[in-house]
Formats: sequence, C-alpha cells, structure tokens
Amino acid sequence: MNKQLLNVKNALYAGVILTAVGFSACNSNSGHEGTQDSTETATTDKNALLGAGSTFVYPLFSKQFSEYNKATGLKVNYQSIGSGGGILQLTNKTVDFGDSDAPLNEEQTKKIGVDVLHIPMCSGAVVLSYNLPEVKTALKLTPALLSDIFLGKIKTWKDPKIAAANTGVNLPDMPIVIAHRSDGSGTTNIFTTYLTKVSPEWTSKVGAGSSINWPAGLGGKGNEGVAGLIKQTPGAIGYIELAYAMQNKMPFASIQNKSGKFIAASVASTSAASNIKLPADSKVSLSNTDAADGYPISGFTWAIIYKEQNYNNRTAEKSEALLKLLWWNIHEGQKFCETLHYAPLSPAAISVAETILKSATFGGKAILK
Amino acid sequence: MKSNINYRINKSLFIKGFIIFLAFLITLPLVSIIYYVAKEGFATINWNFFISVPKPVGEVGGGIANALVGSLILVVVASIIAIPVGIMCGIYLSENGENKLSYYTRLAVDILQGVPSIVVGIVIYFWVVKPTGSFSGLSGSIALSIMMLPIVIRSTEETLKLIPSTLKEAGLALGLPYYKVMIKVILPVGMSGILSGVMLSIARVAGETAPLLFTAFGNPYLNTNIAKPMQSLPLLIFNYATSPYDEWHNLAWGASLILLICILLLNLFTKLLTRRWKVQF
Amino acid sequence: MRQKDPGLQVKYEMLFSRTLVITALLILILVIGLFLTLLLESLPSIQHLGFGFLFGKTWDPVSNVYGAYPFLVGTLLTSFLALIISIPFSMAIAIFLGEYQPTGALSAFLKNIIELIAAVPSVIYGFWGLIVLVPLVRSLESKIGVVPYGIGIFTASIILAIMIIPYAASLGREMISMVPAQLKEGAYSLGATRYEVIKAVIIPYTKSGLFAGILLSLGRALGETMAVTMVIGNSSIIPTNIFAPGNTMASVIANEFTEADRSLYLSALIELGMLLFLVTVVINVIGKRIIKGFNT
Repeated sequence: MNKQLLNVKNALYAGVILTAVGFSACNSNSGHEGTQDSTETATTDKNALLGAGSTFVYPLFSKQFSEYNKATGLKVNYQSIGSGGGILQLTNKTVDFGDSDAPLNEEQTKKIGVDVLHIPMCSGAVVLSYNLPEVKTALKLTPALLSDIFLGKIKTWKDPKIAAANTGVNLPDMPIVIAHRSDGSGTTNIFTTYLTKVSPEWTSKVGAGSSINWPAGLGGKGNEGVAGLIKQTPGAIGYIELAYAMQNKMPFASIQNKSGKFIAASVASTSAASNIKLPADSKVSLSNTDAADGYPISGFTWAIIYKEQNYNNRTAEKSEALLKLLWWNIHEGQKFCETLHYAPLSPAAISVAETILKSATFGGKAILK
Repeated sequence: MKSNINYRINKSLFIKGFIIFLAFLITLPLVSIIYYVAKEGFATINWNFFISVPKPVGEVGGGIANALVGSLILVVVASIIAIPVGIMCGIYLSENGENKLSYYTRLAVDILQGVPSIVVGIVIYFWVVKPTGSFSGLSGSIALSIMMLPIVIRSTEETLKLIPSTLKEAGLALGLPYYKVMIKVILPVGMSGILSGVMLSIARVAGETAPLLFTAFGNPYLNTNIAKPMQSLPLLIFNYATSPYDEWHNLAWGASLILLICILLLNLFTKLLTRRWKVQF
Repeated sequence: MRQKDPGLQVKYEMLFSRTLVITALLILILVIGLFLTLLLESLPSIQHLGFGFLFGKTWDPVSNVYGAYPFLVGTLLTSFLALIISIPFSMAIAIFLGEYQPTGALSAFLKNIIELIAAVPSVIYGFWGLIVLVPLVRSLESKIGVVPYGIGIFTASIILAIMIIPYAASLGREMISMVPAQLKEGAYSLGATRYEVIKAVIIPYTKSGLFAGILLSLGRALGETMAVTMVIGNSSIIPTNIFAPGNTMASVIANEFTEADRSLYLSALIELGMLLFLVTVVINVIGKRIIKGFNT
C-alpha cells in the first residue's frame, strides 16, 4: 500500500516536470528539442557507473577508479558524500553502488526491502589527528582520555590527565577544539563503536552510530571537511582516516589498545587488527582488537550493491560492468592499498568477498561464473 | 545663539563625514575578496588547469575541465528552459494589468524570488532525481532555471510596461495581428531591458551551489551528457575549499577566479547593454 | 504583400494568447507544486512530531529524536546579528546615494561596488571567509577569552551581513530619492541643517520603505546556505553565545539531506525546508506589499 502510494507520488512528480519541460520546449520555437531526447539515450550509456558513499575510502577509490579507467575505459564516478548518503542513495536507486564503513543497520535493511550484498574493499584506520604546532612528538592517548575529550569533559590540552599519559611532552595551554563529522559517516560509526566498547559513560550518554548528537565541537562535511578543520584550527583534535592524515602530513596520536600498548596507526597495525576470520556476510567490527600489535580503531569498508541487479530497467551489461569492477577492486585493485595506507584484504577475506560477489544475480542468474 | 548654529552645522558635517566613511567601508571586504581570489587564482591557472580533469585524491596536478564544461552546460540548459517561459510570462503580466490570474501569478513570482535555493534543490530531488533514478545535469539545470525565472519575468514585465501603448496601437492599426505586434514590434523595442534581465539571471545562477548539491551531484570526468551527473564550478569550490589538501585549495582559488571573472563580465555586459541600447522615449 | 489565410492567422492568434496564459499558469502551478511537495514529503514528521518539533531541544539521529529548536535559534541568531551589523552600513549607503550624492563619479563608483558585492557567489564568500575571516575572528576570540574556534555564529553573521547590505542599501536609496523636494526645501527654509533634514524629514517619511528593505534583506539572510554552511561550525547543540558553533536550518539541510537514512529523519529535514519556505514567503510578501504601498 505504502509502496504503491510512493509510486503514484513519483509518477505525479515526473508528470509535473515533464509538462514543465514540454511547455518550455513548445515555447522555444524549435531548435531546442534535443534536450529532452537525450534523456532516453543516456540511460543506456554503458561506459559509466555512478557510486556514492564513504569518504573514508575515497582516496583509495579515486586512485583505483582512475587506474581502472586507464585500463578499461570505464568511467566510474564516485562521489564522497558520506556512508549514510551512500546507503540512502542506493535505497533510492539513484546510484549503481554505495559504499559504507558501517553495515546496514536493522532499519536501513528494512527500508531497502530486498537483499543487498556487502563486499569488503579494504580496511583502514581512524586516527586522532591534532593541530598543536609546538608539540613535535606524537601524543599518546588512552581510551579513557579519548572518551573524556570527546564528551567535552577535558577542555584544555594542559589538563593533568593528558599530561600523565604524555610525560616529557610540553603541552600548550590551549583550549581543545573538537572536530567531528556533520554528515552521516561510517568513520563516525567506527570511532563511536570503539568508544562504546571502551567507555560505559560514552555508551550511556552518546552511543554509537553514523550521525551522532555530538556533545561538543565543530562539524565538518566528510573526512575532507574534518581534516580541513583540524588543519586550520590550532588546538583542534578530530578523527579522520589515516590516508587523509598521511597525505596532508598531519600528526596523529598513538592509541592504547586492549593489551595496554600504545600503537600508532599504520598499514601493519591495521592489518594486524583486520587479520581475523570473516563471517560469511563479512559484516564484522574490528575496533578494540585483541591483537597485541593491532591498532584499536579500525574497520572494513564495504561496497554495497543489490543482490538482484535486474531493477529499474538496468541492462545486463551494466550489472556485469559493475561486478567486474568490484572483482577488480578486490584483486588487482588491492595493490594500491598500501601506498595510500589502507590495509589490503587478507587472502581469506578475498575468498569471502569472492563468494559474496558470485552470489549476485541478474534475473535470477549468477552474473559472475 | 551663534555657537548653537555653529554646533548644529558642525554636527551635520560630522555626521555627513561619518556616513560617507561607513558607506565606503563596504569596499574593504570586496577589495579583500578580489585580492585573494586574484592572487591565489592567477598563481594556479595555466593551460593544464583548463584542459585536464582532477587527479586522484592527494596527487599533484590536474585541472577543472570537468567543472568548466559542466557549469557551461548546466547554465545553457537552464537558460533554454527558463528564458522562453520567463519572457512569455513577462509578456502576459505586462499585458494583463489587473485580473485574477495576473494577480496570483505576480504573487507567485514574488514568492519565487525569495525561495531559498536549497529548498528548490530538495524539491527537484523529488521531482526529477528520484523518479528518473539518477542524479543528472538536467535536474541541476531545472533547479537553476527555477532560480532564473523570477528575474527574467520581472525584467520583461517592467521593460514592456515602459513601452508606450501608442507603439502597439500603431502596429494594430496597420492591420498586424496581435501576436505579430508583440513579437515583431514590442519585444525588439524592449530587447535591451529583457536581455539585461536574462544576463543578470545567468550571472546569478552561475554561482549557485545549494540547488546543485542534490541534483547535478558532481563528476570527476568530463561529461557532456545531461542525463548523467555533472560537475560545476561552485560545487567544486565548495568541496575543495573545505578540504585539507593544499592542491585542492589552489584548484578552488583558480575556479573561484574563473567564476568571478565570468560573473563580473556578465554584469559589465549588462551595464553596457542597457546604457548603449537604452530606448528613449 | 501576399494575403495570408485569415483562418490561420486566427489560429496563431489563439495559440499565442493561450501560450501566454499557460506560462502564467505554469508559474503559479510551480509555486504551488513547490509547497505541496514540501508539505507532502514532510507529512510523516508533522504527524509524528507535531508542534513539539519546533521546541525539541535535541537533534539526535541515533536515537531518532528530532527537535528543530537548535536550528531555529541558530538561524535567528545569525540572521538578526547579520541584520544588526549590516544596518549602519546599508543605511549609510542609502543616505549617501539617495541624499548626499545621487549622481557623480563617487556615487557611480559606490553603486558599482554594491552591484559587485551582490554579484559575488555565495560559495566564494564562504571560501574567503574560511581563509581570511576565520583567522581574524579566532585571534579576536582568544583576546576576549572565549574558545577560539574562529568558526561559528559570529563569523557566519559577518559574512551574511556583507552579503545582504546591497539589498537593503539599494531599496533604501530608491525610497530616499523619492522624498518630495518640497518637503526637504520646506525644512531647509526653516533653517534646518542637512543632518536635521535627514533625521526629521527623510527618515520619518521613508520609514516604512526602509523597514521593507531591511525585511527583504532578512529574507535573504534566512535562506542563505553555502557561505553559512562553510563557516558556522555545523554543530547541532543549542549555541550558548554568539561565538559558539551552530547550525542554521539551511545548513543542516545542506549537510544531512543526501544521507538522511530514516524516513522520519528525512521528512524532519524537509519540514525544516518547508518552514524556511513559509517564513521567506511571508517576509517577501509583506516586504513587497509595503514597497508597493509606498510607491502608490
């Protein structure tokens, strides 16, 4: 019933706009008719795919897709609008694939209505980057400190609690400016899931999710926006994907993991954390890892596609192009991970991803053999 | 008594000075904006800047060809939609002083002029993006055309109202049908006014970002297909300006410079047009 | 000249006048359609949250709680602050161009400046604000002892103030130049100084018009999105002072619209859009009415 109503509504809107365009074409004496016809020819364009979602994986995707374009000529347009955005736009069927660093939650799964596949692409670390020009050595932060800082309880860098973990570091007397995401974000989800695992207070006051009601701080759009805020604001601290910190030469803190060691984020420490047995659907959280050398705040990022690719009059070619792209991503594409500081998938993870990809169908028939 | 007059005169002079000071203080931010955009922008712009598309994140180089082409197409398509409708509606309003439809349409134009651009973006998402199942340049153009309409309508209406009715009557007296009088006599006479309205509306939407966020969406490749997502200059500036990459900041400054030059040229052109071709009666 | 088929002429005639009516209708339908779409899409939130939506103090998508109060406060605070900052400047410009120097090189120069300020795109204001204005505000903030975010409501207000000055100024100038010369001459002949004429004749006479100009510029400020989004700090907590980060209705839509994954979340955002639409409609219609009344 509800769905029917929705269709009627959509049809209505389409009708309104078509009449509008139609009128304008009538009035514009001829010569402009070309504008409407192209709508039809365009949907069959096989040479382009549209994806949207996670900004966490964007540096990697933009490199991979650029290489893929050179190799095959397929243009993959990936817009880093945030994981929440990726899921929503996939639900609305306005993109060919989404990407999220958080698996679909119960409500999202219910809303999308049909089976979707989560294909792991790589794993990455969420680092706590800061802007303290006078501090030259890397800061050390414990889980308790992190939670207190982001709850707004520790307000200045000179706080004795921070000093206790960083003996010998001359901390400036500056207020702490928290930078967080303003959009729905899988990076936020990885970070807040970690905080709920280590801090009961965080669990009761804030909780975990993609869009958080932040108790304090400034909001930036995407990993890019948060990194921009940190880089511009002296005294700022915020959570971003490792690639953004490395590419912009921004310092980041070592975090104390479950075994009590302070670990700096790197490909090695992220790999250590992600080296676990994946469940068949690959949905797993890596944060607060048991691995002694593992970086505690890391996670997978998943490309998300419909299991049944025959929807909205899509062509078989298009879905095949999409599947081939993702297949390339988890094989040849993996070699770009390390230079961009992402942890490539382990052989075991790749075989799980392969099985998931092979389960995708077009009109009930498997697309990849 | 004398001193009182002196006091009043001095006070008047002082206030005049103060008002002039305040009035001209407004040049400060403008000069600062133009200075920064020109300084950083010219340092970025080279041939490569115009002909290549952005490199993968974090790599040096690349250009904004995708945004230049995208912006051009978006604005041209928006104009194709908005200008005929706008001029027609303007003619209607100028010809029908007071009836029910013209009253409400005028009200609608007033409302349309004030609608925040982001709201137009939301609505077009539901009208075009969701039903067609894809973000597209076309949806961005439709959103922009809605922003253009009130300016075109208003300038057409106001220009045509100033044309003396004797001109129209002369045409009708010669036996010309009404539509020919309007198209062949009245419109050409009012052309300079209408054209300046059109140019102003183009200048305005060329810099619009908010309605494109949920419609044209962006594209790292050069794309001339309006059914596909399209990059645009304002969207590129927004995304790159808030990022941490110095390289992107440079591209954003360059894009700002190009956008600013285009818009200022459009404004300048409008002025020249109205000054030179102004029809005097 | 060859005579054309008169029947065809009549047909063209009809077609032409019909197209005119249709375009006029189209504009009307467009505006009604805009509103209906917003209303339709925000129905879930209206039904679910009712009036409480406006006064809810938390905006928490994790626990599915949506209150618009922080954004209402943020919007009103930035807009009115911008208005207060802009009024002295826009009125000074209006008086200078309308009274002191209606023509001449200096006024032509100032007019051009005003036009340029109105022409600069919002996103360039935002970029300039981020790079130039934010560090300035930050050093001011560390001097007066508040948290030196640099980004926040105050910064957004300054940028908004610059952006809306042209509207109030040009309308104000128009009003002031319409003051009948006899009125002013009468005051001068009684021995009034220039300032006294402005204060006692021009301003009272144009009061409603100036107010309309300010009202219309407020309408602009309320709906402005990009420049504000870039410098306001995007925080959904109720701002405690003018230097705190905040969010306006427009900026929260720009940030969250493409990713609102729950139906209620999405429709709450659209309801914000509808509120914005209604408020600007009311402001514009009132402002235009006042100006029309002034002109006739």
